Amino acid sequence: MTDATVTTIAPARPAAPVTPAQGYWGGVAKRLRRDPLTLICLGVILAIVLAAVFAPLISPADPYKTSMMARLKPVGTPGHFLGTDELGRDMLARLIYGGRISLFTGVTPVVLATLIGGVLGLAAGFFGGLVNTTIMRTMDVFYAFPSVLLAVAISGALGAGLLNVLIALTVVFIPPICRIAESVTTQARAEDYVEAARATGAATWRIITVHVLPNVMGPVFIYASSLISVSIVIASGLSFLGLGVSPPQADWGLMLNTLRQSIYIAPGQAVIPGIMIFITSMCFNLMSDGLRGAMDVKE
Amino acid sequence: MTDTLSLAPKTSPRTLPVDDRGGPRQPMLIVEDLKKHFPIKTGGAFGGLRTSVKAVDGVNFTVAKRETLGVVGESGCGKSTMARLLSHLITPDTGSIIFDGEKVGASGGISVRDLRRQMQMVFQDSYSSLNPRLPIVDSIAFGPKANGVKGSVARARAEEILGLVGLNPRQFARRYPHQLSGGQRQRVNIARALAMEPRLVVLDEAVSALDKSVEAQVLNLLARLKEQFELTYIFISHDLNVVQYISDRVLVMYLGQVVEIGEVDELYARPSHPYTEALLSSRPSMDPARRRTEPPLAGDPPNPVNLPSGCRFRTRCALAEEVCAKVAPVLTPLPDSPTHPVACHARQPGAGHSLSPAA
Ligand SMILES: Nc1ncnc2c1ncn2[C@@H]1O[C@H](COP(=O)(O)OP(=O)(O)OP(=O)(O)O)[C@@H](O)[C@H]1O
Ligand code: SF4
Ligand SMILES: [Mg+2]
Repeated sequence: MTDATVTTIAPARPAAPVTPAQGYWGGVAKRLRRDPLTLICLGVILAIVLAAVFAPLISPADPYKTSMMARLKPVGTPGHFLGTDELGRDMLARLIYGGRISLFTGVTPVVLATLIGGVLGLAAGFFGGLVNTTIMRTMDVFYAFPSVLLAVAISGALGAGLLNVLIALTVVFIPPICRIAESVTTQARAEDYVEAARATGAATWRIITVHVLPNVMGPVFIYASSLISVSIVIASGLSFLGLGVSPPQADWGLMLNTLRQSIYIAPGQAVIPGIMIFITSMCFNLMSDGLRGAMDVKE
Repeated sequence: MTDTLSLAPKTSPRTLPVDDRGGPRQPMLIVEDLKKHFPIKTGGAFGGLRTSVKAVDGVNFTVAKRETLGVVGESGCGKSTMARLLSHLITPDTGSIIFDGEKVGASGGISVRDLRRQMQMVFQDSYSSLNPRLPIVDSIAFGPKANGVKGSVARARAEEILGLVGLNPRQFARRYPHQLSGGQRQRVNIARALAMEPRLVVLDEAVSALDKSVEAQVLNLLARLKEQFELTYIFISHDLNVVQYISDRVLVMYLGQVVEIGEVDELYARPSHPYTEALLSSRPSMDPARRRTEPPLAGDPPNPVNLPSGCRFRTRCALAEEVCAKVAPVLTPLPDSPTHPVACHARQPGAGHSLSPAA
């Protein structure tokens, strides 16, 4: 009988793709592997970091050795691959050593500000009310100043030096990070799943760590990584103003600013520190974009 | 139902201690004079006027053990606010909630935390109700774990409950919410509520976002779970047909107040408050001859910030009279039906309305 072909199989429920148990971070790694641009940026950042860490091992010359004879040699001069600066110091060596300070002043304030601003924003967003008002109004006071001006004012007040630059930049970055953390937390807190978690009678710290923090960390982390480039640039500016590291130490900002005077004579060298700042900031920015995509489970 | 999973009676003992304290005749819930006004600022460049939205304004009702109380009313009448007040997700301004004979938050009563264990909620938005970053088994196990159940036990139990709501745990337990359909997600939300082994479940528009066939499946599931676990439901919905199907009794809300409560059959057959009448006749009729042409409920409900004096329904009521503007009607049982209270002068003897029955 042909009737026998009529299906008697119970209707299956719509089959969603079955994913192996890999956890959240496993999924993030998988999505990252499929994103070449982000991988390239990660590679470049890694290379710059390694170069900075192992500077004494890979540097072709002493970055502080001046030479009146070899001033402003152009890019490609034998023995000075990237030329020399206005005091005859090897550009490549100074770039490699300069990366140490530039990266340090780029990353450290952002990490500190993320910790402090993140906790403050989380508290403001989760508890709301008076806690929120107190924290956020305080942030607004700092937020009212342009970040460069604020950094200059603070490090000017504290005096020159690397530590004071770090403090100034941390203070500058806390308010914007706090704001992001606060707004994401406020959103997350309004989700029904937080309400449902509260309805189980769970303790507040448990609700925050399980249901709020993981959803807040992503956006905050991504925003913070985009601040690294800003941090490098502002730190460079502070050095230029004599508020950051002082010669003969080098960071990219200081190099850019001393070579600025020679821009017409030796344009090749003068732009190199700028290019490094540009590449590094770009890579941090693109990487944070890529991370944003990879960390979004909603796809 | 296409569920193929066994629905064997629950074998494992309760993991969270709970007992039927008051006995079968003690109502599950007694709500007295519950109020919540949300303060708001209106207009004015310099701070404006401080007023409030009277979202829930003096609500009284009881819920018997193992019954389903349906709650209906237009959008914005305070149904969700009331649901959140019941489990103290928002704190009431005034009023008392007595859960199985114990007053919530009072000394000698039941603590908010203990109340929450026994009263669970299911929300309308199945997606926003689940943490997108947690596999569903972890979402279900969260509540028991937070109440001291060991992680491995809570997870095993969560998988068992997934089976009970018709989702094969081996297939679904490790999935994330975005990998499920709306109906499946709502089953997970029900599972999450069940994991707390509640006695009362408040379902706030729990099936409203589902399409009709899935809605029917979930309603059947709810009915089955209710039998199996001896649950009491408060079922909030704007769908009068669904409420009729699932409820034992129905409560009608209008602008933060209860206007009528009754057994479902009596209320649907003999709606006594003009608002209930209008709501019921606004249902699309299957019989074309009985379809009305003019809308039974004209206009929008008044602004809950600026309420009419006296009876709040008078601006839209066909029976409104002078007395309705002066005196606010009180929820009072109908003379011939003590289990059917109504808040309308026209139904109350001696209320001064031309239609008031003789005292
Ligand atoms: N947190 C709040 N602050 C101020 N007003 C609120 C707040 N929550 C609710 N309201 C107001 O209270 C009233 C009742 O809202 P509620 O959400 O309880 O209505 P509802 O009956 O559940 O409506 P719906 O059927 O649309 O879900 C509305 O006017 C609403 O605008
Ligand atoms: S009290 Fe008056 S206005 Fe209110 S519902 Fe009854 S008849 Fe209508
Ligand atoms: Mg609602």
